[in-house]
Amino acid sequence: MRKLVFHIFRYDPQLEGDKPRMQRFELNETEGMSIFIALNKIRAEQAPDLKFDFVCRAGICGSCAMVINGMPTLACRTLTSTFDTPEITLHPLPGFELIGDLSVNTGKFMRALSERVGSWIHDENANNISIDKLEERMEPALAEQIYELDRCIECGCCVSACATKAMKEDFIGAVGMIKLGKFELDPRDKRTSKDFYQVLGNEDGVFGCMTLLGCQDSCPKDLNHQTQIAYLRRKMLMALN
Amino acid sequence: MRIEYTDSLIIGGGLAGLRTAIACKKAKLNVLVLSLVPAKRSHSAAAQGGMQASLASSFKGQGDNEDVHFADTVRGSDWGCDQKVARMFCHVAPKAVRELSVWGVPWNRVNKGKRDVIVNAQTETITEANESHGLITARDFGGTKKWRTCYTSDGTGHSMLNAMDNKAIELEIPVLERQQALKLIHDGKRCTGAIVRDLITGEVFAIVANATTIATGGFGRIYEISTNAVICDGVGAAMALETGETPLANMEAIQFHPTAIVPAGILTTEGCRGDGGVLRDADGHRFMPDYEPEKAELASRDVVSRRMTEHIRKGKGVKSEYGDHLWLDITLLGREHINKNLREVKDICEHFLGIDPAVDYIPVRPTQHYSMGGIRTDFRGESVGLKGLFAVGEAACWDLHGFNRLGGNSVAETVVAGMIVGQYVVEHCQQSNVDINASLVKHFYATQCTEIDQLLERKTGTDALSIKTRMQHIMSEKVGIFRTNGPLTEAIEELKALYEESKEIAISNKVRHANPELEEALRVPKMLKLAICAAQGALNRTESRGAHCREDFPERNDKEWLKRSLYYWKKDSVDVSYEPLNIDEMEMPPGSRGYGKSQIVEHPQTQTRLETVDLVNASAEDLSRSERQHKLMPFEIPEIYQEKNQRIGVED
Repeated sequence: MRKLVFHIFRYDPQLEGDKPRMQRFELNETEGMSIFIALNKIRAEQAPDLKFDFVCRAGICGSCAMVINGMPTLACRTLTSTFDTPEITLHPLPGFELIGDLSVNTGKFMRALSERVGSWIHDENANNISIDKLEERMEPALAEQIYELDRCIECGCCVSACATKAMKEDFIGAVGMIKLGKFELDPRDKRTSKDFYQVLGNEDGVFGCMTLLGCQDSCPKDLNHQTQIAYLRRKMLMALN
Repeated sequence: MRIEYTDSLIIGGGLAGLRTAIACKKAKLNVLVLSLVPAKRSHSAAAQGGMQASLASSFKGQGDNEDVHFADTVRGSDWGCDQKVARMFCHVAPKAVRELSVWGVPWNRVNKGKRDVIVNAQTETITEANESHGLITARDFGGTKKWRTCYTSDGTGHSMLNAMDNKAIELEIPVLERQQALKLIHDGKRCTGAIVRDLITGEVFAIVANATTIATGGFGRIYEISTNAVICDGVGAAMALETGETPLANMEAIQFHPTAIVPAGILTTEGCRGDGGVLRDADGHRFMPDYEPEKAELASRDVVSRRMTEHIRKGKGVKSEYGDHLWLDITLLGREHINKNLREVKDICEHFLGIDPAVDYIPVRPTQHYSMGGIRTDFRGESVGLKGLFAVGEAACWDLHGFNRLGGNSVAETVVAGMIVGQYVVEHCQQSNVDINASLVKHFYATQCTEIDQLLERKTGTDALSIKTRMQHIMSEKVGIFRTNGPLTEAIEELKALYEESKEIAISNKVRHANPELEEALRVPKMLKLAICAAQGALNRTESRGAHCREDFPERNDKEWLKRSLYYWKKDSVDVSYEPLNIDEMEMPPGSRGYGKSQIVEHPQTQTRLETVDLVNASAEDLSRSERQHKLMPFEIPEIYQEKNQRIGVED
């Protein structure tokens, strides 16, 4: 097994006088080692103050996104064996408030985004629907399509890989568009195209996207952002008629 | 000292906590949710295969209703559950699925016409009725008589949590992320809030609340390998235990899931077997029918996990550098089915094992998965001993699951319990006031601050992580699937010694703000208390019931042990007592489960109760299903959830 060399971004913004820097750690690679295992080992043996976030460690919850050798992705399911060279460089996700080292505040960002785009079913009649009676029917294929867009885990990879977002602070990003696309598709949401246009039909929305598709390349859930953005653009143009 | 005030404080932002918060907010209460992580990242998201509710819309669900779900749940619990709670739960579960449907969960739907399914490794063609088209469908799960598990592919918990958190955002419910509650504020009779540490700034502050609800999930991380998220450390339950005033219950009832991958311990859903997957040994032989001719891979989880372990002990396991394992074979389901209905499983196989489950077998082994025990509450979710303290979901033991939980019943429980307990929390807040006792708040605040100060000041001592690792090893080795007197006795001695050691934890990183080492140091002694409870309960209980299996006491002993274990923390050690289950109130008197080895020492009252039940049933032949049920075992339920559940083509 190889000796791995990790170069890890270190900075504690709450510690007076601390400066951003890269720190080097050596670690013996083991069979099936993931970045999750490696970081925990480094914390246990070499740097007890190293900050990072893991929750499910199974690629489901979206907590552990970071930039690994230049690519934003989920650390828990990235195996060290996928890298030909033993040098692994870890940075926190750009575009989010830094808590420290590799830990960023994606939660705060995502809650604000959900509030901004109204990320819930809008139906004035919802409270009158009985939960004792048969539910409203839905075409099986449509339910599957909605689930496809519901698979987003809000990990933030698309945001950090987005050049538009880097230039435009208020750009809605692929995560915002996939959220709205889901509700647009869902017949339970009574918002009209015009309602969606209010949020999406501008430079901070779907028309601001430069279509560089860093989102598509970095999405750990393989969501089809490209098709989704194109679809929403068409929808928004039609909403003007 | 900063003090926040709220009507209803909810500790934990998973499905159970959020649903409780929504109930409070709808009743116009002030509500505050605390969460270790962003709510959508809670462990609820890891529920894959689905949630049980007897909607009975699909072909294989025909004839299902609350009665069948109830009977499955009681059998699954090995008669350890509170049957009234099981009744409440089964009645509200269909409502929970339908409510979540209104809130946006894209439940998979019934598709009319013919389709092939795999049952007992054979292809069968079934025809879904035209009139069911578009209603919510269900898949098969272990220990159930009907296909009852509603799902969205194998990301059910994720979709449910998305919809639930979105609803909470719509209702403007504040969720304070990266906060850890560490101590409850109480005067020995009444709980009035909690002392909280902000995990970013390190600030310690108090939240005073009329009702405090613990919804912090399970404590799987006291084990070496667990399917649980790394945040499932049981601090919520430990905090209640530490008051000394309110007990935990059934801590020895710990579930091992049959199919976690080796070595990572990540779950592959029971849906794999529900959809037709099978278990194979080193020879490629499908061995489960040899042990369980009727249910095979779909017996309850405790039974399948034991049979697998038994089979490995016979030398039939597959050797690997991480120990012996068995194979989960879903290749027979075909690529299309896997891509559509088991895609998380496919992702997990690809990323963590580098295999393609459409052609390769998956290496699996039984792994710690669920805590049936937790904070003891009544059917309303209120703790025994402290008024104003509630618990809900996996953190609680209102006792839906007894000694074994059925797959699909936990994610269902989170929401159903949130709906029910939420109503009782509202009732509590409307009926009582909280008197703010400043010196009491100050006392708990000061105690917590002192604990932190001591950790930061201590120059030398033991390392929390090393204590935790040793505890996890002891639990896995000695308080696992099969248990015996010797190792359990050793485990308790060793855990107690570790607990003493944990009083001298020292940390090297001295900052007060975001500090993973300090978090660990605060957590580990609490985890140890839970481990001691579990080990002591397992040693005391000289019988085998559900997931608790004593090799030296293989029979289920209703005569001696038809009772719930209660744990109080007194004088810095655990005090175990017992609460009998009342057979005379049971709708379903103790009997055989119909799977697993059946060795039962009968309770003297069982026969009498069986006769009474028969008599009541005979005299109630003209009554409706629910009237008959209420004659046998009346149960309470919040008014808003009393309506009958409608099913397609069924009158009653």
